[in-house]
Amino acid sequence: MLLIKCPWCGERDESEFSYAGEAHIARPLETEKLSDEAWADYLFMRKNPKGAHREQWLHAAGCRRYFNAERDTVSYRISATYKIDEKPPRDQSRNQS
Amino acid sequence: MSRYSIFSLVRNALSYHENWSAAWRSPEPKAQYDALIIGGGGHGLATAYYLAKEHGMKNIAVLEKGWIGGGNTGRNTTIVRSNYLWDESAHLYEKSMKLWEGLSQDLNYNVMFSQRGVYNLGHNLQDMRDIQRRVNANRLNGIDGHVVSAQEIKQAIPEINIDQGCRYPIIGASFQPRGGVARHDAVAWGFARGADRAGVDIIQNCEVTAIRQENGVVTGVETTRGAIKANKIGVVVAGHCSVLAEMAGFRMPIESHPLQALVSEPIKPVINTVIMSNAVHGYISQSDKGDLVIGAGIDSYTGYGQRGSYSGIEHTVAAICEMFPMFKRVRMNRQWGGIVDTTPDACPIIGNTPVKGLYFNCGWGTGGFKATPGSGWVFAHNVANGEPHELNRAFALDRFVTGFLIDEHGAAGVAH
Ligand SMILES: Cc1cc2nc3c(=O)[nH]c(=O)nc-3n(C[C@H](O)[C@H](O)[C@H](O)COP(=O)(O)OP(=O)(O)OC[C@H]3O[C@@H](n4cnc5c(N)ncnc54)[C@H](O)[C@@H]3O)c2cc1C
Ligand SMILES: [Zn+2]
Repeated sequence: MLLIKCPWCGERDESEFSYAGEAHIARPLETEKLSDEAWADYLFMRKNPKGAHREQWLHAAGCRRYFNAERDTVSYRISATYKIDEKPPRDQSRNQS
Repeated sequence: MSRYSIFSLVRNALSYHENWSAAWRSPEPKAQYDALIIGGGGHGLATAYYLAKEHGMKNIAVLEKGWIGGGNTGRNTTIVRSNYLWDESAHLYEKSMKLWEGLSQDLNYNVMFSQRGVYNLGHNLQDMRDIQRRVNANRLNGIDGHVVSAQEIKQAIPEINIDQGCRYPIIGASFQPRGGVARHDAVAWGFARGADRAGVDIIQNCEVTAIRQENGVVTGVETTRGAIKANKIGVVVAGHCSVLAEMAGFRMPIESHPLQALVSEPIKPVINTVIMSNAVHGYISQSDKGDLVIGAGIDSYTGYGQRGSYSGIEHTVAAICEMFPMFKRVRMNRQWGGIVDTTPDACPIIGNTPVKGLYFNCGWGTGGFKATPGSGWVFAHNVANGEPHELNRAFALDRFVTGFLIDEHGAAGVAH
């Protein structure tokens, strides 16, 4: 069972949360000019890395807010959680991961 | 290497079965092959087998990072069926079913394919409407199946609970009599032996670490056992396909999730068929050894850890106990996980990639064991000819750009 630290509520059981996919995917601007390839990339393509992954979680049975987490996809260890509008830790220089 | 037969059995009995030859060789990798298959799961081994058998390509190798069949092939609950909703998938899985029906003879290896039938349960009115629609679609495609009522299910499986007052009452089901199970290890071993007999090198403990290309054309791979050249490379690595795609420089619409299964202590024969419920994520059959083989749903988060969550076990076991109250006292023996490669439309990706000579076969997610022979058969065609077979054309990677998705999600009760 994962112990996940909601940035608002603190540490809770995995069962209180639901997973919400890769984080930091920005919706493209000027979508009317977007090519089919760019749409496909935004909608369907995913990093799916083996190792450090930045992802969104929802504290569904708690404060019902979304937040981001950095988790290792092999050990499942969560190294950090941070609010949805915050930059990832150890990566303050870049906006996008 | 000898053919297996009653005579070879008797001959070897005389020497106390101590002189059987190895079922496949363990050669050193050569510097160059006509084609490489990356991934020694059932699909990769079947691809190599059909490349040699149907397309005469024998100077080829299968590269496996661990041991053959050690991925999802050896970790799945082995349910085989072909009752998918849409024409594209129905034709592909039915091709596979036809190959299953002659596979043990073709391979000269007993894959223990047992057509004991598969029930897909419905728990509410909408489930039953979807089941009726799917069964009708199947029959129009020449695939066997019929709709059965709760009473008919109870008659066939007396231990099942059809009480209408429980949380997920069983209202009816689809039944595909030609569905069933097969022995997963034997499928990997049978294809490996068949490919090896045709001259294919099966190289284990050989992890591909880089894919080499020049001007958009593939030229070979780097591995933990040295560089190997080839102009045709088929990648069949299931949960690791995003990792390999990254090596080749493109992105995949795939997320890898843990999917787990568990088996009970062996008990006397009690279930002689396969029962699946996609609504509650409980899948159950009984192995020849007597263990109840139980499959769960995927964990919601992505993961390469080859283990499932405890909440997943709890959920699945609760579903099984509601379906079969008498199993409440059965003890579970082992639990494990695989890494399943899920796509947005729950259909595989089989075909060409942006790199010339590099082909991918992945995205089978929670349900590709049943497709093992068919997948290898169409992919061998694709690798040998550089373009898809009619049966896999619709499963191209570029369907995510054109929008021609094949939406099997839910429609065919697609899990497993
Ligand atoms: C618990 C569970 C239950 C399932 N139940 C069913 C079911 O009932 N019915 C059904 O039809 N399907 C089921 N499935 C799905 C099915 O197991 C898979 O779709 C199918 O086995 C995939 O076969 P494969 O050969 O493509 O993959 P795998 O058997 O996973 O083979 C891929 C191989 O690639 C190797 N590899 C990875 N990276 C590299 C690299 N860099 N270099 C070299 N080799 C590499 C891996 O080691 C692995 O052996 C289930 C899966 C799981 C996990
Ligand atoms: Zn919270």
